[in-house]
Amino acid sequence: MHGEAMVIDTHKHNADTTDVFGFWLYIMSDCILFGCLFATFLVLHSTGMQGPALKNHLNLYDVLMETFFLLASNFTFCLALLNMNQSKLLKVQWWLLITFLLGAGFITMEVNEFIHLAIAGYRWDISAQASSFFTLVGTHGLHVSIGLLWILLMIIQLPIMKITQTTKRRMTYLGLFWNFLDIVWIFVFTIVYLMEAI
Amino acid sequence: MLEHLLLGKLTLDAIPFHTPIIMGAGLFMMVAFFAVLLLITIYKKWSYVWNDWVASVDHKKIGIMYLMLSFVMLLRGFSDVVLMRSQQALAAGNAMGYLPPEHYDQIFSAHGVIMIFFVAMPFMFALMNIAIPLQIGARDVAYPYLNSVSFWLTFVGAMLCNVSLVIGKFAETGWLAYPPLSELYYSPGVGVDYYIWSLQIAGVGTLLAGINFIATIVKMRCKGMTFMKMPVFVWAVLCAMILVVLAFPVLTVTLALLALDRTFGMHFFTDYAGGNIMMYINLIWVWGHPEVYILILPAFGVFSEVVATFSQKKLFGYTTMVWAIVIITFLSFIVWLHHFFTMGAGADVNTFFGIATMIIAIPTGVKVFNWLFTMYKGRIILSSPMLWVTAFFTTFAIGGMSGVMMAIPPVDFQVHNSAFLVAHFHNVIIGGVLFGYFAGAIYWFPKAFGFCLDEKWSKRAFVFWVTGFYIAFMPLYVLGLNGFMRRVNHYTDTMYQPYLVLAAAGAALILVGIMLQIVMLYVSLKNRYVLRDYTGDAWNGRTLEWSVSSPAPLYNFAVLPTVSERDQFWMDKQEGCGTPVSSANFHYQPIHMPKNTSAGFLIAFFAGIAGFALVWHMWIPGVVGVLGMVIAMLVRTFNTHTEYFIDAETVRKTELAHLQEMANAR
Repeated sequence: MHGEAMVIDTHKHNADTTDVFGFWLYIMSDCILFGCLFATFLVLHSTGMQGPALKNHLNLYDVLMETFFLLASNFTFCLALLNMNQSKLLKVQWWLLITFLLGAGFITMEVNEFIHLAIAGYRWDISAQASSFFTLVGTHGLHVSIGLLWILLMIIQLPIMKITQTTKRRMTYLGLFWNFLDIVWIFVFTIVYLMEAI
Repeated sequence: MLEHLLLGKLTLDAIPFHTPIIMGAGLFMMVAFFAVLLLITIYKKWSYVWNDWVASVDHKKIGIMYLMLSFVMLLRGFSDVVLMRSQQALAAGNAMGYLPPEHYDQIFSAHGVIMIFFVAMPFMFALMNIAIPLQIGARDVAYPYLNSVSFWLTFVGAMLCNVSLVIGKFAETGWLAYPPLSELYYSPGVGVDYYIWSLQIAGVGTLLAGINFIATIVKMRCKGMTFMKMPVFVWAVLCAMILVVLAFPVLTVTLALLALDRTFGMHFFTDYAGGNIMMYINLIWVWGHPEVYILILPAFGVFSEVVATFSQKKLFGYTTMVWAIVIITFLSFIVWLHHFFTMGAGADVNTFFGIATMIIAIPTGVKVFNWLFTMYKGRIILSSPMLWVTAFFTTFAIGGMSGVMMAIPPVDFQVHNSAFLVAHFHNVIIGGVLFGYFAGAIYWFPKAFGFCLDEKWSKRAFVFWVTGFYIAFMPLYVLGLNGFMRRVNHYTDTMYQPYLVLAAAGAALILVGIMLQIVMLYVSLKNRYVLRDYTGDAWNGRTLEWSVSSPAPLYNFAVLPTVSERDQFWMDKQEGCGTPVSSANFHYQPIHMPKNTSAGFLIAFFAGIAGFALVWHMWIPGVVGVLGMVIAMLVRTFNTHTEYFIDAETVRKTELAHLQEMANAR
């Protein structure tokens, strides 16, 4: 009942541009989600502060390393996309793997930071400031982790499904998602870490 | 240890065996549920139910399922009304009524949550699903599979809310669960957790549906349908869905933060350790105010369609109508603070929000006058959809007036949290939203089911609903002005009692109205062959949905329409070419359609397990639920055969059968 790939693409009940448009809408809704978390952080980080301050426990060098990991992973993802357009399946997989490792490095460092903060007494349940810090940074981390799962899925799925309209579209979504997380991280880096450290 | 990981806080004590009302209601629900399952088994309909409905990605069927969910939950929400109104009518002076405070608190919380999230929202999505793709000349929504996910998430959210009736309890905090009352310290039970997770699951469903419909409307309109040629209902839904995408993430965050407070001991909204209660109240209303416009805008859309059709005249002031909707959409985001003028933000802030609120009355007024001018010199047919519209004019005007009164901060200080407020928002939500949706449901019923509703019973139900509404809510204005507060289950001053007895009588009339609606459904179903809509154009309609058969074929349009006018179908009928394809020799094309999938149901099912597990801190089932969701999603991504062709011969047969039916009807 299903026709050739070409036929499906021209007669699909909706167009690829429709699908990507929907993903943009999702990204916008995610923007609002992070916007609320930033607002909450900004409101709560100074009011009636109790317990130790975040400032004393920050290690900006580690955060800088995290930033480099994430930005580099973005670059390598773009290389994967580039190879995707040239239909070089194996190269796509390699660059995705490198992207995955860089992203995993970011997450490892973040988890490590959280553990160190908690051991040093800056736990999520000591004050509103700590709660909003862990929630904002943690939500970004959760998004990155989901992105990592997604990259893993693509590494497995690409050889099975090959480079088709569908997998290309999925890589476009993933690219949008991964870029978006970078942009959010720039804000986290500035508003949470730099402004806190000053 | 294992037992704790498996069952969490859940024990047999969670089931309130000693409370006859709850057990009776729970038993009734169980009996009804198993009766349905039994009937499906007896009539051997499981494969039909599963393949044609549960797994369906057809927007028309999903619309019908939304409608059924909404109606069942209306009955549940209204049974809360019966309890509350009778309690307040009885519990004056020395009499204490029959509901203890902790039970009464759950009832009013559940009533609000159910009526907004599980009656009004599904009702809105029902009308959207039934009408929007047909109105814009599309074959389905942009993402049919996502549409199924959205519906089942909403369904699971509603069921989680229902489960709380029997296992554990529901929130005792009011429908918005203000902290610090909703914090663990003051509400240690599972009630608030049920509230959080049922709304969280349903809320994600709503957000996804919002994205889906924006993409559908922006990207899938038929040829020639520019934005300013869309039917007003489409405009209203587009704006409402933009509000959904902007507002629902805020709800998600707010509920998540409250859940973090309650589950991990965080301090977002606690009244110590730096928590900020007003942060919650601001956030929840940043979602909550747009939410009421999410509900009313599609109702405005319905009114625009119904008024034009039943006045047999084109809508007056289309452009101003559209701009009014857009302006309301914008304004709805800068008025949230009027829900808590008493917070103490200061005179300047209150003034800003007060004036912004009053300004909304202007575009709304524009719309009302446009509808009135549409009726002016029209040949009005007073069918039941039109009756609901005429009732709406008065009720909504009264509700709007009392709203503008409360937009004045000093007045609001007097009536804040009183029965006056209760009267106001029921006035706009019942008299605006619900009346509009009823009009829409009757209007599009033939399009969804293929037969009209029985007019006689429909009108009888209307009479009881509307008179019941006035008798139930007008006394609350008086009560509120006399200082009667909302959410009380007992009062000492017996002066209030006559008004509350009157309000209870009004509620009883509404109950009769609902029963008559059930009779209407029964009678219509029985006479469905007499009431059958053979032409596909039951009301002499103006827009594209009436150009196809009732119910619409699976693929909606055999040939995608092209539009050059706002009321294209009406124009075509005037020029005598109502049906676009009338030749038996026409060369039909195969049509590409999405395949049904049960993935949407499975994802929502596991979300329900995860939600229930999170309520009770059952960590192993929680992990199972989340993993189930992820696996269901992942498996679906490997499926490449998600679409298929309906061959040209089938299309031809279906279309010819419809043409034959039309010819016979003439």
